[in-house]
Amino acid sequence: MSVLVYIENWDGKFKKLSFELISYAQGIARQLSTSVVALSIGNVAEEELKKAGNYGASKVIAVNNPKLNELVNQAYASVISELALKEEATVLVFANNMTGKAVAPRVAVKLNAGLVSGVIALPSSTEPFVVKKKIYTGKAYASVTIKSPVKIITLSQNSFGLNESAVDVSIENFVPQLRDNDFATSVLETNKQTGKVLLTDAEIVVSGGRGMKSAEFWAPIEELAEILGGATACSRPVADEGWRPHHEHVGQTGKIIAPNVYFAFGISGAIQHLGGVSSSKIIVAVNKDRDAPIFEAANYGVVGDVTTVLPELINKIKEVKGQ
Amino acid sequence: MKILVCLSNVPDTTTKIKLAADNLSFDLTGVQWIINPWDELALSRAIELKEKYPATVEKITVITVGNKETEPTIRKALAMGADDAIRVNAEAQDAYFVAGQLAEAIKDKSYDIILCGIESSDHNGCNVGSMLSEFMGLPSVSSVSFLDLENGNVSLNREVDGGYEKIQTALPFVAIVQKGIALEPKIAAMRGIMAARTKPLLVLEPANIDALTEEVAYELPEAKAACKMIAPENISELVALLHNEAKVI
Repeated sequence: MSVLVYIENWDGKFKKLSFELISYAQGIARQLSTSVVALSIGNVAEEELKKAGNYGASKVIAVNNPKLNELVNQAYASVISELALKEEATVLVFANNMTGKAVAPRVAVKLNAGLVSGVIALPSSTEPFVVKKKIYTGKAYASVTIKSPVKIITLSQNSFGLNESAVDVSIENFVPQLRDNDFATSVLETNKQTGKVLLTDAEIVVSGGRGMKSAEFWAPIEELAEILGGATACSRPVADEGWRPHHEHVGQTGKIIAPNVYFAFGISGAIQHLGGVSSSKIIVAVNKDRDAPIFEAANYGVVGDVTTVLPELINKIKEVKGQ
Repeated sequence: MKILVCLSNVPDTTTKIKLAADNLSFDLTGVQWIINPWDELALSRAIELKEKYPATVEKITVITVGNKETEPTIRKALAMGADDAIRVNAEAQDAYFVAGQLAEAIKDKSYDIILCGIESSDHNGCNVGSMLSEFMGLPSVSSVSFLDLENGNVSLNREVDGGYEKIQTALPFVAIVQKGIALEPKIAAMRGIMAARTKPLLVLEPANIDALTEEVAYELPEAKAACKMIAPENISELVALLHNEAKVI
C-alpha cells in the first residue's frame, strides 16, 4: 500500500506546487498509516529529486525518457498507471493544473478509480473516503465519497500549503514499457516565452479592467507581473475591446483561476468576473469607485486612480523585493 | 469528417446558489438551464468549421447524458447549427459514469473529431473529455485553444506555460477545448430555431455503469471578512500587509 503523488517539473526544477502535493500526500499517508511515493517524469537531477524527502516522500521514482519530454496524455497515463499498480497505490494525488487535468482522468479509467478534482483539504474520513471540493466556481462546497478501492485526487493549488517533515528518501530509476499506440499525438512546434507561467496555473495574477482606459496603459501591469513572477490577465470588456488577447480573459466564461493572490486594477467586479477569480486566496483591488462590487470580494482595497497607484505599488514592491 | 460535440446542461452562470433545507441538495427552482459555456464554444467552433469547409465537415452531432428535462438545451444546440443529437436517457452522475455512457453510445458511430469543453460550470470537474478518450482508447489533446481544418488537415494548438504548442494528432481524437477556441458563442437565428424542432434526436437507454464517486453533502462558504481599505497615499502600508500579514509577496 502507498500514496502515489505525481510531481511535475519545470525545466528540471520542482515548484512550490510540487512540494505542496507531497505535503498533502503525506497528510493522507499518515491517515492511512502508509508512506508516500513521489513520481517524477523528465530530466531532473538527483539533488532536486531528493528535495521530495523534505516534505515526507520516502521514495522517489524517476522516469527519464526523451519520448516523455513533452506531455503526451496517453503515454503519461500509461506510465503512471503502471507504477500505481507496481507500488500498490491506493490513493493517487495530482495537481488540479493543466497536466493533472489532462492525465488524472485517463489514469482513473485505467485503474477503475473514482476521481475527485479540485479538492481543497485532507479527507474528513478515510472509511468511507470523503473529500471536500469547490463547486459552482467557489459558490458552494461539496463533500464527495470515493467508493472504489483506488482513489484519485487532484488538489486545488494553494489550498493545503507546505508542510516540512523530512524523511530518509531513496531514489529509484524506472524504465517504463512505452507502447507506440500511446504516441498518437506529438508537438510540432513550440511557441512560448520562457519564464512565463500559464495563467491557469499561476501563483500570482495581475489583471486589468476597463478602468485601465486603453491598451497603451498595460506596461505597468506587465511590469508588476514580471517583478512578482506572475501572469497577466484581464476582464471580459478588455478582451472584447481587443486591448488584450482573449486567452487572458478571466471570468465565468473565460479562464477560471485560483492563484495565491489576484491583483485587480480598474475592474469593477461583475458577478461573471468574480465567478472566475473568487477562488483566489487573496484579492487586492484598486478602483476609483468605492461602491464597485470588487471590494465585496477583495481582502485589500484601495479607492484611487490606477494610473498613480500602480506605479507607486511597483516602486514599493521593488523595495520589499530588494530590486 | 464527422464532428461530435459533448454537451453538459448546467444552471445559468449567474444563478445564485441556494441549498435545500437538508443540505443534501440544491434548491433549483426557477433556475435557467444553459449549455455549459465551454461546450457552447466547442459547438460554435464546430459550426464555424462546417461553414468554412463545407466539403470537409459532413455532419455535426451533439450528445448529452441527461433526462428529458435536458431536451430544451439540446434543441438550443440544434438551433445553433448542429445537425442531429443523441441523448442518453439517464440522470448524469459522476464524470466516470457520464464518460462511460458517452463511450457506449458512440462506440459504433465513427466520429473523426470529438470536442468537449474543458470543464463544466456546475461541478467544475474537468474530467469527462479525458475519461471519454481513455474509455475509447483515443488520443486526447487538452487545453486546445485553436482548431482548424484547412485542406482537410487538422491543425491544433494547446496552451502551455508562456504560450502554445502546435500539436499533430492521429484521427480520430478528442479535443478538450479552452476559452479562445471560438471568440463568441453562435447565436441561433429564427430559421435555426424552426429547423431545430424537426432535426433528429436519438434517445438511447443507458448502459450498466456504476458511478465511483457520490456527492453526499453541500455547504455554502462562510461570509468573507470585510475588505481592508488602504488610503491611496499610503501604498507602503498595502505592501507591508501583503508581505507580512497575507504573506503573498
